[in-house]
Amino acid sequence: MTQLLTLLHSSIVFGTVIMFGALGEIISEKAGNLNLGVPGIMYLGAIAGLCGPYFYELSCAEAGTTPSGAVCILISIVCAFAASALGGLIYSFLTITLRTNQNVTGLTLTIFGGGVANFFGGSLNVFAGGVGQVKATATTAAFTKYSFTLSALGANADGKGIGYLLFQHGFLTYVAVIFAVLIHLFLMKTRTGLNLRAVGENPGTADAAGINVARYKYLATCIGAGISGLGGLYYTMNYIGGTWANDGTIEALGWLAVALVIFATWRSLNALWGAYVFGIFYWMYQYIGVSGRAIELFKMLPYLVTLALLITVSMRRRKEDQPPAHLGLPYFREER
Amino acid sequence: MDNVNAIEMRNITKRFGNVVANNGINMVLRKGEILSLLGENGSGKTTLMNMLAGIYYPDDGQIYVDGNPVSIRSPKDSFLNGIGMIHQHYKLVDVFTAAENIVLGLEEEGKLDRKVIAEKVREIAERYGFDIDPNQKVYDMSVSQKQTVEIVKVLYRGANILILDEPTAVLTPQETDKLFAVMRNMRADGKALIIITHKLHEVLSVSDRVAVLRKGEYIGDVPTAEATQQSLTDMMVGRATTLNINRPDPVNPHPVLEIKNLTCVDKDGVKRLDDVTFTAMGGEVLGIAGVAGSGQRELLETIAGLYPAVSGEVLYRPDESTSISLLGMDPLEIRKNGVAMSFVPEDRLGMGLVGSFGMSANMMLRSWRKGFGPFLNHKDPNELAKSIWENLEVVTPSINYPVRRLSGGNVQKVLVGREIAAKPKLLMTAYAVRGLDINTSYTIYNLLTDQKLKGVAVVYVGEDLDVLLELCDRIVVLCGGQVSGVVDARTTTREEVGLLMTQFRKEEAAV
Amino acid sequence: MSTLERKKDPFIRISKRSEGMSAGKAWGIRVIGLILALIVSAIVIFVIVRMNPMDVYASMWKGAFGTTKRSWITVRDTMTLLCIACALAPAFAMRFWNIGAEGQVLVGGIVTAACMIYFPEMPTALLFLVMIVSSLAAGAIWGLIPGFFKAKWGTNETLFTLMMNYIAIQLTAFFVSLWENRPNSRKVGIINQNSKEGWLPNMFSEGYNNDFGWNVLIVLVIATVVFFYLRETKQGYEISVVGDSENTARYAGIRVSRVYVRTMAISGAICGFAGFLAVSGSSHTISTSTSGGQGFTAIIIAWLSRMNTYIMLVFTLLIVFLDKGATQIASEFNLNEYCSEIITGIILFFVLGAEFFVDYRVKFRGSK
Repeated sequence: MTQLLTLLHSSIVFGTVIMFGALGEIISEKAGNLNLGVPGIMYLGAIAGLCGPYFYELSCAEAGTTPSGAVCILISIVCAFAASALGGLIYSFLTITLRTNQNVTGLTLTIFGGGVANFFGGSLNVFAGGVGQVKATATTAAFTKYSFTLSALGANADGKGIGYLLFQHGFLTYVAVIFAVLIHLFLMKTRTGLNLRAVGENPGTADAAGINVARYKYLATCIGAGISGLGGLYYTMNYIGGTWANDGTIEALGWLAVALVIFATWRSLNALWGAYVFGIFYWMYQYIGVSGRAIELFKMLPYLVTLALLITVSMRRRKEDQPPAHLGLPYFREER
Repeated sequence: MDNVNAIEMRNITKRFGNVVANNGINMVLRKGEILSLLGENGSGKTTLMNMLAGIYYPDDGQIYVDGNPVSIRSPKDSFLNGIGMIHQHYKLVDVFTAAENIVLGLEEEGKLDRKVIAEKVREIAERYGFDIDPNQKVYDMSVSQKQTVEIVKVLYRGANILILDEPTAVLTPQETDKLFAVMRNMRADGKALIIITHKLHEVLSVSDRVAVLRKGEYIGDVPTAEATQQSLTDMMVGRATTLNINRPDPVNPHPVLEIKNLTCVDKDGVKRLDDVTFTAMGGEVLGIAGVAGSGQRELLETIAGLYPAVSGEVLYRPDESTSISLLGMDPLEIRKNGVAMSFVPEDRLGMGLVGSFGMSANMMLRSWRKGFGPFLNHKDPNELAKSIWENLEVVTPSINYPVRRLSGGNVQKVLVGREIAAKPKLLMTAYAVRGLDINTSYTIYNLLTDQKLKGVAVVYVGEDLDVLLELCDRIVVLCGGQVSGVVDARTTTREEVGLLMTQFRKEEAAV
Repeated sequence: MSTLERKKDPFIRISKRSEGMSAGKAWGIRVIGLILALIVSAIVIFVIVRMNPMDVYASMWKGAFGTTKRSWITVRDTMTLLCIACALAPAFAMRFWNIGAEGQVLVGGIVTAACMIYFPEMPTALLFLVMIVSSLAAGAIWGLIPGFFKAKWGTNETLFTLMMNYIAIQLTAFFVSLWENRPNSRKVGIINQNSKEGWLPNMFSEGYNNDFGWNVLIVLVIATVVFFYLRETKQGYEISVVGDSENTARYAGIRVSRVYVRTMAISGAICGFAGFLAVSGSSHTISTSTSGGQGFTAIIIAWLSRMNTYIMLVFTLLIVFLDKGATQIASEFNLNEYCSEIITGIILFFVLGAEFFVDYRVKFRGSK
């Protein structure tokens, strides 16, 4: 039982990283922009979300004041969101205004974002005196502080009850859930959401209906990138505890986020549970006691399942499950 | 504000590259009238209307709405000015419902309440007599239902000026009647309407006034009451004389292609061809007539091995004694079996040619298998391309210049030239002169007639009745995927063919 | 009524160049993009290291071509990357978005490593034959699977090949731990360190790792073959017709599904061969970073070169030069080597953007 709870608990933590990534990408893809720069964007969010509070805490230390948790969080989130949205802006300018190929531009953004993040991350490590020496202690504490105390939830003595599973998480975990729900409501229940989906399905139609296609694409991609970037932030703060490692994990998680979008058939509520399922897949080997090299095969599961789903969906041809019809294609009015 | 002109276009010019699509056009639409915009294919009707819809921006000239000068830079500007256009290709999102499509892009107050919207849609539907289910998904709709959604969409937006681009091309006669009734209801409600069409009887039955375009020029307008089919045709084609296409008698007619009880179903399960039977003779031109979408495309593509048939027979007879059944073969097998068939498809750059290739590489589409071993033979296609370039006077800088950048007429010369060069026994053409100027059209007619004199069975799918009547020897008329009649082109009349096109065996259907 | 008062022309109007542009002018625009990129990169470098960018570029040159050994390594890595880009050319000419090169390279690498590990006793010639054939086959299978599903059910190839990458990466991780040299080291280490079995030898001298002539020769042959395959063979012709329009292809009697599957098998096979080059011809080991993002970089190169394998050579050389140069500045200025990715990113952004000015004409208000 305890083991199961541990599995589920770490699945939630893992899932939250890719959930942010996937939620942002869903918004972007719903507007027809297949942004393969998600890994790069998550990198940008991760490094900016770390650098901002790191220097804030450093300046506090020099001034001899105690950093405020709220300010830490604010700086961190603003930095992460802004840096990622900036990445999204580069992508948008190239693909929407200059009509470059989306796949190629996205991949370039992944290279660029990874380069920027690892360059500054590596430099930060050097600056701080070695790998693992970067610490934004106050910020990390603020991010990982449990939102609810266990005693209030009737947890059992060793702290491993349902309360542990559901409530011992940093607040971003819940933000992700709220985002998933809000994005669903936004896409399905609002006029703006309807327009956005139309842009991704059939931009010619959207244009003819008076929707400013370019503006929707820009905003969807930039805001989507900002949200994806929070996944990178969550990774640095909650997953590895507020430090930096140039080990390429973020890139792997970024691709997993892209996979999750497919797995979720472009629905944010599916991405919500899908992210946790991916988390379970990822950590399952610990629970069922797989060890050694078989672990690596187990880590294949999320991709295999996504692939199986992708194939099934294409075979069943159910209209509602298909990728947005104009995904990955540029739009130019006079070509109609 | 008591202006009588809903729209006034002054001196509108639009060019595409070197082609002038509209040249200094002055046109007026009055309030509360239905105006027919008449012209042959390629006369610039749709381009002109697209400038009102905000899809194109005029190179020159000024548009006035209600007497005020306006600049329509986007579809949004267009409907802010109360203009709504129903395009020929419907602009609907497949996975949305009717209601969702209708409110798309609207900046209305409040949240997206599907019930309220559905109620409003029903109101409009009742007022004008539409039949619509707001919650039906577009991918489940028939063509005419989609059209209804389009019209309700612009009405929902409060359009006072409606432009319909060839709305009847895809409708059955019954659906057309319904549409006209709705249009009259809208006129009664004070709306101004423009209907683009090239069907004269529709012009006469529905409109108050007719404006005619020819080759991008505004020829003039007349009240419908003063117009006849003859006078309109004169304005449209610019001369009252006949076409004078040279039509020699058939030479030694013998069956080359026999179609027996052919039936085809599309992927949605709709019958596209229904029990079609006819024979195409070598040494004659067989016309295929019918309103757009009566099964012409499916017929030719089935014969060419590109469209699956459910039942029936397609027999190719190279001579008296042999016959080859083509059904079930793909184009490769057809060619490997030595069937001398050439096919000029409707979609020239999307099926007949590769737009990014030059003439020479396009010649290879037919002959690419002939090279040595795994390699391509460039020499023969080059020579063929050169001979077509010279003989058919194709205007292109070189035989390697991408054909996509050539004008429509030159593209068609390349395509027809290649297909004829293959020395076919059976030559099928779909809308071979669509969008071509008069001179090029005659070039094509002459090429087809030459083929006929060589004993080739020429199948000519056309939309212009006058051409069909003067070019062909016999005409098969299709209506709703069925053969509604086979007539002798020399003795039949426009009226008879027109009737067969729209009124399929009414007496039989009633049984 | 405000909307009725707007009378001005739109500020910027963009239209597609209908008449096209001469090749010389087009490449001129691309070179301008490249120069702008180098200027921006120089500014970035200056901001970071506060040093004269020219000195920085000079030491980059030193890093890439400073010694014979370095030059050879630059050339070797260029060849591996070029091989992948060439592999992608047939797929892209067919408008098939094979972004699975990363995985196809890895599976080729895995089987090559497997041969080296399991058959060190085999006669050298036979070993090489087995390695090459099996790496080609492994890559072909990896490429063929998404091709098949695209042909049969229209499954989105971009997403499919992307997933295949990660399956291949996990597979590599599995084999790495199977073959690890010390328990739990998670490293295979140099395979056949002493016997050098299965190592691609020097061309100009005895021994190994002094020159990489064979890599150069093989890849240039591949580049030439791919170049002519696409332009001069029937299969190449089929590929370009399918890439332009499936309908035209069917009309011309081309069996579209077969072309998809066959071309993806070829594309995957050459990628698999690049995996062989990476393992047998360069690193003599296997790890999840054996392809190291080259599969993705190659996509960008192949796209920018418009499937022309010789232009790819120029781009790959540029990218590898940046990479080697950046490693050099990293050590000289005590930075880390990731600044090469930043510069690569910037350059690619600019070159990508330049394509727009090749394809479209931009008119400002007032100009005719």
